[in-house]
Order: sequence, then C-alpha cells, then structure tokens
Amino acid sequence: MTGANGQYAERIPTVVVDDLHVIYRVARGGGGGNAAATLLQVIQGKPRQHVTEVHAIRGVTFTAHRGEAIGLVGRNGSGKSTLLRAVAGLVPPASGAVYTEGQPSLLGVNAALMNALSGERNVVLGCLAMGMAPAEVAARFDEIVAFADIPEEAIHRQMNTYSSGMAAKLRFAIASAKTHDVLLVDEALATGDAAFRRRSDERIKELREAAGTVFLVSHNLGVIRGTCQRALWIDEGTLRMDGTADEVVDAYEKVYS
Amino acid sequence: MAYSRRMVEPAPSDWGANDSPAPKELAARHGLAQSGARPRQRDYIRQLWGRRYFIVQYARARNEAKYTATALGQVWQILTPLLNATVYYLIFGVLINTRRGVPNYIAFLVVGVFIFTYTQSALLGGSRSISGNLGLVRALHFPRATLPLASTIMELQQLFVAVPVLCAIVLVTGEPITWSWLLLVPALFLQTMFNSGLGLIFARATSQLRDVEQLLPFAIRTWMYASGIFFVIHDFARDAPLAVRVVLEGNPAYVYIEVVRGALMTSHQIQPYIWPLAVMWGFCTLVAGFVYFWRAEARYGRG
Repeated sequence: MTGANGQYAERIPTVVVDDLHVIYRVARGGGGGNAAATLLQVIQGKPRQHVTEVHAIRGVTFTAHRGEAIGLVGRNGSGKSTLLRAVAGLVPPASGAVYTEGQPSLLGVNAALMNALSGERNVVLGCLAMGMAPAEVAARFDEIVAFADIPEEAIHRQMNTYSSGMAAKLRFAIASAKTHDVLLVDEALATGDAAFRRRSDERIKELREAAGTVFLVSHNLGVIRGTCQRALWIDEGTLRMDGTADEVVDAYEKVYS
Repeated sequence: MAYSRRMVEPAPSDWGANDSPAPKELAARHGLAQSGARPRQRDYIRQLWGRRYFIVQYARARNEAKYTATALGQVWQILTPLLNATVYYLIFGVLINTRRGVPNYIAFLVVGVFIFTYTQSALLGGSRSISGNLGLVRALHFPRATLPLASTIMELQQLFVAVPVLCAIVLVTGEPITWSWLLLVPALFLQTMFNSGLGLIFARATSQLRDVEQLLPFAIRTWMYASGIFFVIHDFARDAPLAVRVVLEGNPAYVYIEVVRGALMTSHQIQPYIWPLAVMWGFCTLVAGFVYFWRAEARYGRG
C-alpha cells in the first residue's frame, strides 16, 4: 500500500499540528452546595472553585499532506473529536498551534437545519450555511436531492415528517455537496441503508480526491482500513502511533479485542 | 512499504518525508495559516457581507419555524403586538388613566408598544444568539456576528408584518396621512442599526457570562416603564433635575418611539433633539457593538 500518489518527494503539507494541547474548562454552576452557600461565596468574592479542567489533547504533533486520507482511531473520550475540532479551528489550543491550508471543515450541517421546515428549504439553508452563493445552491439543488434519494413529493414536506434514514441521507447529501480543502469526517459514514452507504463511501472518496486531505474518525475499523492509507492512534490525548492504516489498526486491535 | 512506523512520542517532523524541518517552519514555508485565528476587521466585514444571503434566509427560516406548531401560524406575528397593546390600553389608558394631556392616546400607546417590542425582542434574541446556538458555532465555520445579526433581521422581518397594522391603527384613530410618514423609513433604519449593535453587545456578554440572560428580563421591564410608552416623558420629567431628564429623554428606546410618533402623528410634537439623538444612538451602538463582538471572535462557543 503506497498511498494516493506515491510521490513523496513532492508531498505538500496541508495541516501541520505543532505540539497541540487543548484544555476544556467546564464551570459547574455555584459552589456545589445550596443556593445560600453559593450566594455567600459570591458575596465574599471567593473565586468559584468548581471549575473542572479537562486536558483533552496533550501534546500532539503531526503533519498531513495533500491527497492523504487519515483515519483516527482510539477509544471513546481519547480526544479524537477534539483533535478534529482543533484542526477545524473550532476549539482554541491551550498551547501549541494548528496551521492549515485554507479553512478545514467538519462534514456536517445538522446544526444549521430546521426540522420544522421543508427538505427543500433545508437544502438551501444548509448550503448557504456552508458558505455557498445562492447561484451555486441553485445549481447544486437537483444533484443534492437526487443523491439523497428523496422522492419528489417528500422534498416539499417538513423534515420532521421524514424517517430517520431519509433525514440522515438528506443531511449527508447537503453536507457533502461542498468540496473542501481539508475535510474532517466524524463518524458520518454509517448512515442510511446499504445502497446509500455504498454511495456515500463513493462520495467520500470523491471528496477526498477533490479535497486536499481527509480526516476520518470512526469506530468501524473496517472503514478506516478501506478508506484511509494512514492512521493516527489517539490515546488519552496523546499520539500513540502514526503509520499506515493497516499497521495502526492491527496494533490497535491487538490491544483492544 | 513507503510509510515508516513510529511508536509513542513521534518526533515533531514532517511525517515520512526525508527532511524534517520544525513544524512551524514547515507551515510557514508552505504558506499555511493558523487555524481559528481572529480575522482583521476589514476581512471580517467582507466575510460577513459574503454571508448576507445566509443571514436573511436563516432569519426567515427561524421566523417560519417559530409558528409552525400553532394553529394560527404567522397570524401570531400581528396578534402578539396587538394583544400587548390591548393589555396596556386597559391598564394604563382605562384603569390608571395616564392619558391626561395626550390628544390621541391609542395611537400614542400603540406606537410605543410596537417600537419598544422591536428593540426588546432584538435584544433578547441577540443575547441568546450565540449561547443558544452553540451546536452551530461548534460545527461550522462562519463569522460569528452572523448569528446576532440574523436575530435582529428576524425581528425586522416581524416588524415588516407589524408596521402595516400599526399604520392602520394610527389611521383609524384619526391621524391623517402626511408626507412625514415617509420619515418612518429612516426612523426604522436607525432603530435597526441600534438594535443590531445592542444584539452584538449582548450576544458576547451572554456567551461569556450566562447570568446576563437571567437578568435581562428584569432590566428590560425596567427599561420599558422608563421609556415613555404610557405617558409623556417630557411633561412627566419637567420638574426633575437635569441629569434625570437627560437620562430619561436621551434613552434610546424613548428616542426611537418619539421619532416614529413624530412621523405618524400630527397630534404629537417631538422635541428638536430627538432626531439627532436617533442618528447618534444608531451609529454609535452599531460601531461599538461590532468592535466589542469582533474582539472575542476567536473565543465563541469554545471550551
């Protein structure tokens, strides 16, 4: 397995992660006790002590290149999703830095969609949210609906009347309508029926070819092997291993199975 | 096998390549930019302008989604301010009778209620626009000011529905249509600038200190009673010390209400300083709100 292009002398870096640390600060309301105790604390000007710090990423360094598809493996809570968000610039580094080519994007527009509106409106809304111009949305509209496999009458119905599979397909179709320089996919592949999954795999592949670089978080190790050449094993916020997808997944399976 | 394998503690290097410059140098050499950094103000404005269609569509979608579960649907956009005006008329016009000295009390009151409602709901919407949309903020990259601006636009779209109703009521109470009705356009434009600025300020404030959201309803209620919706502030504060009069009559909510009253009501005289104040509040609040919001751009929805 030699990767997408095999010409390593000319590999162009698209994402450089330099000794990245991410710390979440979670403020737990009040001083833990009752309202009166909390009020007393505030009046006395004591700092609120119940701020929990979660050191989610502890010094990760790697470089990703154009044309690479990189799988992230690791147990729940190991920091995979946080790492993706940091690469996307959605979570600030506590120290270290992330350098990227263009604007990396997480695949997914769910948060911008509104179930009370029709599928049609949501296609427009989602595309605009991703930064498309109205003309581009109009040009892509039919393609998106066709890809999502939504029947003609259903596209005018409110999205909360859709089956969960239909809604998931439409969301994926919208999210994957835009090509990105650096694409970050967080467990988005396992939606819809078997036929749709095959097509979404193909779409990911297309996006990967159009995109510079793809990061993929998945607990389905088969998907990582099939889709990625390279994999990173994240363990308790550190980079435990970096190598070809097969090597890393083999090593990972040896430990956790 | 082209890839080498590295266990534990990978060296900070260009993985798999022959030469291994420091990550920072590598990034600089290939022109990579730091992810999630705050853009310069000029770029930020350009990015926002690029999102104008999204702002309008998002506002429209939110407005439509808001009433889909109700039987009357969009009718509530008109009904809500009307019912408000009725309640205040019963309390202040009939029970407490603050109408003394106001020739056309119904028009006077209804303009006050409608115009204050616009600022009030823009303020509330703006204050929740970041803290209530964290999912969106954490999933997609876009200039964050999009959200508070969209919530102001959302209220503006509601206002477009309410204004014809307002005009109809004013007409029915006997005010004639005059050229000064055209002043409604700049008046609402300035108020929209003010509301946008206010929304931006409170969007940031609430995203950093959630307690603000709990306090706002009380602050807004106080503001409402001090804004001359139910009585004539200028007469009411005649004998008050200068400082009190400046605060009461310079109050932006009062200023925008008066501007609209002056435009629509021949029976109502407004003070000469009202229009300059309306312009001042509009521009200053928008600029201040924009700068204040922009300064925290890199921190919204995080950690």
